[in-house]
Amino acid sequence: MIDELSRITSQAQARIEAATTVDELDEVGRSTLGKKGSLKAFKKQLGKLEPDERKSVGQAVNDAMADLGARSDERRHELEKQARTERLEAERLDLTESLGSSRRGHLHLVTQATMELEDVFVGLGFTVAEGPEVETDAYNFEALNFPEGHPARDMYDTLYVDFGEPGKTLLRTHTSPVQVRVMQEQPPPIYSIMPGRTFRQDTADATHLPVFHQIEGLVIDRGISLTDLAGTIDRFTKAYFGGDFSSRLRPSYFPFTEPSAEFDIIRPDGTFLELGGCGMVHPNVLRNCGIDPEEFSGFAFGFGIERLAITKAGVDDLRELITNDVRFLRQF
Amino acid sequence: MKVLLSWLREFTPIPESMSPDELGLVMGDLGMAVEDMDVLGEGLDGIVVARVLDLRVHPDADRVQLVDVDAGQIADGGEPLQIACGAFNMSVGDLVPLATIGTTMPNGMEIGRRKLRGEWSNGMLCSPSELNLPGEPTGILILPGTLTPGTPLVEALGIEADVLYDLEVNPNRPDAMSVAGVARDVAARLGLPFRLPEPEIAEGTTAVDDLVRVTIDDPDRCGRFTARVLQGVTVGPSDPKIANRLTLLGMRPINNIVDVSNYVMLELGRPSHPYDLATLGGAGFRVRRATDGETLTTLDDVERTLSAADLLICDGDDAPIGLAGIMGGADTEISESTTDIVVEMAWFERMPLAKSARRLGLRSEASARFERGCDTDDMALAHARFVELLGDAGGTLAAGMVDVQGNLPDRTPIAVRPGRVNALLGSDLGADEMKALLDPIGFTTEIGDDSLTVALPTYRLDSETEVDIVEEVGRQYGYSRLGQTMPVSTLAGGLTVRQRERRALRSILTGLGCSEATPMPFLAPGDLERAGLPGDGITITNPLVAEESVLRTSLLPGLLKAVRHNVNHRNEDIALFEIGHVFRRPHDPDAELPDEREVFAAIVVGADANDAVTIWRTVCDGLAVPDSDVANAEMPAMHPTRSGVARVGGAPVGSIGEVDPDVLAAYDIPHRVAWLEVDVERFLAHPHGEPTYTRVSRFPSSDIDLAFEVAEGVSATEVADAIDDAAGELVGFVRLFDTYRGEGVGDDARSLTYRIRLQAPDRTLTDGEVGDVRTRIIERVEGTFPASLRG
Repeated sequence: MIDELSRITSQAQARIEAATTVDELDEVGRSTLGKKGSLKAFKKQLGKLEPDERKSVGQAVNDAMADLGARSDERRHELEKQARTERLEAERLDLTESLGSSRRGHLHLVTQATMELEDVFVGLGFTVAEGPEVETDAYNFEALNFPEGHPARDMYDTLYVDFGEPGKTLLRTHTSPVQVRVMQEQPPPIYSIMPGRTFRQDTADATHLPVFHQIEGLVIDRGISLTDLAGTIDRFTKAYFGGDFSSRLRPSYFPFTEPSAEFDIIRPDGTFLELGGCGMVHPNVLRNCGIDPEEFSGFAFGFGIERLAITKAGVDDLRELITNDVRFLRQF
Repeated sequence: MKVLLSWLREFTPIPESMSPDELGLVMGDLGMAVEDMDVLGEGLDGIVVARVLDLRVHPDADRVQLVDVDAGQIADGGEPLQIACGAFNMSVGDLVPLATIGTTMPNGMEIGRRKLRGEWSNGMLCSPSELNLPGEPTGILILPGTLTPGTPLVEALGIEADVLYDLEVNPNRPDAMSVAGVARDVAARLGLPFRLPEPEIAEGTTAVDDLVRVTIDDPDRCGRFTARVLQGVTVGPSDPKIANRLTLLGMRPINNIVDVSNYVMLELGRPSHPYDLATLGGAGFRVRRATDGETLTTLDDVERTLSAADLLICDGDDAPIGLAGIMGGADTEISESTTDIVVEMAWFERMPLAKSARRLGLRSEASARFERGCDTDDMALAHARFVELLGDAGGTLAAGMVDVQGNLPDRTPIAVRPGRVNALLGSDLGADEMKALLDPIGFTTEIGDDSLTVALPTYRLDSETEVDIVEEVGRQYGYSRLGQTMPVSTLAGGLTVRQRERRALRSILTGLGCSEATPMPFLAPGDLERAGLPGDGITITNPLVAEESVLRTSLLPGLLKAVRHNVNHRNEDIALFEIGHVFRRPHDPDAELPDEREVFAAIVVGADANDAVTIWRTVCDGLAVPDSDVANAEMPAMHPTRSGVARVGGAPVGSIGEVDPDVLAAYDIPHRVAWLEVDVERFLAHPHGEPTYTRVSRFPSSDIDLAFEVAEGVSATEVADAIDDAAGELVGFVRLFDTYRGEGVGDDARSLTYRIRLQAPDRTLTDGEVGDVRTRIIERVEGTFPASLRG
């Protein structure tokens, strides 16, 4: 009887060892331990034995079943591990062969600079104002204290368009008409910047573009002074360029400001960049916009964005900005 | 405005200890920025005057001439000296500067004897720029013919160590258009004395009033007209010092009379005009407006056609002899034979003169000064200076000055509130400090109880009001000394909704792989037509070039050009976007401005209309614009069978699809090009940006896949909309996931397969419910469209 058991178990052991798939292993289980399996059949014969023998052989059968179960589980683990290894190997992917490249589009250098500048001024409590690019002479010049024939108009090589009364509609030469619109539409206090596209009759070269961008600022409030202007310019300088940069004002002339100034950004090495113009808003401009110059005062400033952007990015020719070559655009 | 340090020092004792750079900074801080600075007369030792004796081309180098010169050695029996020279602007007989062997040039270069392709060069002929002298920077400097070969150049030209500044003069600084004016400003800042010339002149016995008469017809335009007469003048070359200073300041010496006139203008800012009294008809002047169409030949020998807005100087017989304040006429020019001259010094109103000069395209040193505003009261001094500088060549000065007055600007002193000055400058200056700043520059100040009374100098016509004085105080005090304060905005800063959405739009488009392009908004005539668009753009009336004369009505031409550039350079993955303004003629004929709109466009090379639709859907999703879709339509410039309109709430807001193959051919773009252009104003005019929250169902969903055979031409979107509507509130989504044309489908139809996901927020759907919905959908689609469920 025991011999018969040994034969069945050793045979089953051999089959478990030899199984190469989980299915084969399951078959061994079914044919040995299953309801119609050989050990079940063997067990049914135990009833014919003497009680003593039945007990010992029964114990042996139970041990054999437990042993075979454990061997089967172990083999199952081995086979599953092997199958996973084969499956993973079959789907191996060499990531260095990947065909995909970055699909990110890039913002234009001027846009990036504009957004950065906007963020600096928003942080100082400014809002951002906008206006049309085609303007009337009234907004671009007259309201800004440039009456017709004013010699200072020559500082702007104005492009006129074939619209309305001849010579009265133009491509704005600065974003200052937006200042006028803001002052006319909103009572003081005003703390705003005006970024935007501007136009001059000019030939594109390394340092000039006929179409470029400016950002202007306007503050109108009670008790605003030239030192407030100098402080604001300096705060902006440090925020945009870095804490070791400083700024200075030099007297200049603009019809829409008085006193007027140019402002320079002074680099840590002492060299400087002439950045833009600024000044205290001229009382005539305030009056033209319905603001009492005795009650309110204010300052305005403005500068070109392109030159700032290319200086920071190390680009040496403004024309790079308008070729729209993706090899240029994707660098920033 | 150019000024010489030595000339400035004639008016104020600028200390020797002040370096050229330091003085430059002072002038810059006063608002006269130094654009250029040349230290003169250094490094000219060893440069001598030489005469060109012979010129011949180098036998082995056609870009080099061999020049034989006499550097003074010929008189001593020497041989001509051969120099190799790369310039060709001199002729035999010219006098030129020669850097002799052993000379160290101003730039540090040493001149040695050297061989150039087998020919010896015994020195170097010099250009003005090599010597730091004014003149055409390239080409050899041609010297005045009266000099002697061999003379050191420094001696021959009377060059002294000096500094030449080129200052940027602002329109509100008429005073800075003269050496004396610059000196006055500098002296005030440095606390130095300032002194104008005090010429001493003798008068003859003939009264000037007997020689010339003056009539002013237009006293508003001509505020003052003065004249003096010199009899028995000797016309000839100028004193070398005068000629040299004129040359250094950029004016060509002509003869002593004209040169003195120019010298006085540079020195005192006072233009004058000398006439030959013998050719002055009617022995007098009349100042009047031109008549329309009247002509005058100006000094530059150009016949000018005038208008009634131009002011003329006419002779006593009313024949025009000059454009007032702009340029004289050719007929009364000073000539070698002139013996008697009459010198005009007048004052003309600024703005009309500026307009005339601009309209005639005629600008002169004189008009530049009249436009800014000349001194109304410097004539007596300037006439005297003129006579003094002319010296013996001036003959006899007739007694007296003709002085006819018209209307001059009001120079009544004005009241200035010290508190106002301090409020605008952010300063804390006392009235006495303000006076100390203003007095030296001619704004003579009296301190009153509440305010200052400030005199307005006749040479500062720009200054009229209190705020002008504020600027002068700040300028002389120094802007940088005022310090810095920070205003505190009482408002919350921030971007508007539109500005934030524009940034979001940029993020979405870059996320979709498009890079931002910024083409010029100017087009060439024909660009719109070439891009398949109506050629009705607004034009620029004064374009610099015709290629930039039309305002764009669409972003398409500019982006197509950008694409072509990238295609031509074999760039890959070309995907661009732009956000910018387009300009159209408005429907309203009374509109003040063109119809200007912000639009955005995306252009993708090698992509098709489906890609354009994906971009559109992503943008709408990103900006939370509900109710957006596309509808097929033929659009200008667009592929006739692969295009349509992008819509929000059923209203068109843009064009979408592919660019017309004919247009692409016109731009030499050999790829499909996906295109989306959307009017931002219209796009965002619909309610958007506020997503409506629906709780995500925790119950299982059921899908129904339905394939319909739908007639061609029926919009798949409309079918989807009908399905959505029929499915009712249980619909999770309706998605077209397959289209099929071919066997098993009718010729004029295609198969559209939709997946409809159904889900209830509060329960698992029963088979019965799903079946009901399925039936409703089929009935609706088959009942609404030429469509049938496929088996």
